[in-house]
Amino acid sequence: MPEARNTKRFTNIHITDILRYRLPLSGIVSILHRVSGAMMFLLLPFILYIFDLSITSEISFAYLQGFASHWFVKLLILGLSWAYLHHFCAGVRHLFMDAHIGLSKEGSAKSARSVFFVSVPLALLVALKLFGDF
Amino acid sequence: MDNNIGPKRLVVGAHYGLRDWLAQRATAIVMAVFTIVLLVLFLGAGEFSYESWAGLYAQQWFKLFAFVTFMSLYYHAWVGVRDIWMDYVKPVAVRLLLQVLTILWLVGCAGWTVQILWRV
Repeated sequence: MPEARNTKRFTNIHITDILRYRLPLSGIVSILHRVSGAMMFLLLPFILYIFDLSITSEISFAYLQGFASHWFVKLLILGLSWAYLHHFCAGVRHLFMDAHIGLSKEGSAKSARSVFFVSVPLALLVALKLFGDF
Repeated sequence: MDNNIGPKRLVVGAHYGLRDWLAQRATAIVMAVFTIVLLVLFLGAGEFSYESWAGLYAQQWFKLFAFVTFMSLYYHAWVGVRDIWMDYVKPVAVRLLLQVLTILWLVGCAGWTVQILWRV
């Protein structure tokens, strides 16, 4: 690629530039894919703790029901649920693109919209389930 | 066949790019299939109780499926988190430290997962 030699070397934008950059919808899906992944990575011990309580015994299961009734724990569970839903949907979009489906500018914008169209209502449903009474 | 000698020797990259890219996709598919199976079993079980939940993981096939899924998760997370460090952390020493901590974090989680799964 002779033409590649003339292009400038890739560098990250400066951190103060982040808010001035107007990302397209697929760019927002992309950065949220990373943010949600990092979030789940950092909260792995919390996830395993909940899983541990849920499965070890009837006593720990009952304890979890009390633990999970705290508003902050609910908030963490909601955050993780959104992270999982977004990461899942954006990941499926990635797999389609790997198969060369929806690579055009329009196709990519359309699938980015679909990601939010699926993940946000489902996350709202989880929020209702956690904080509402149904 | 071997172009990787003499002046043609590749001196950059560790050649894990394609392999890890592929592993990230394969592990993602394992997790997606597990998610769907779990949802189907979970929604099909009716009333959610400790017995039905723990009973799921007490079956050998499901325990192993969950185990394989969690291990896929940890490999997947390793590839993704390493990408984050490679993109944003430029000083080699700091990046190396973060990568080592990431591995320790994930291996620790893997150990805990085994402990949890084989208790039921």
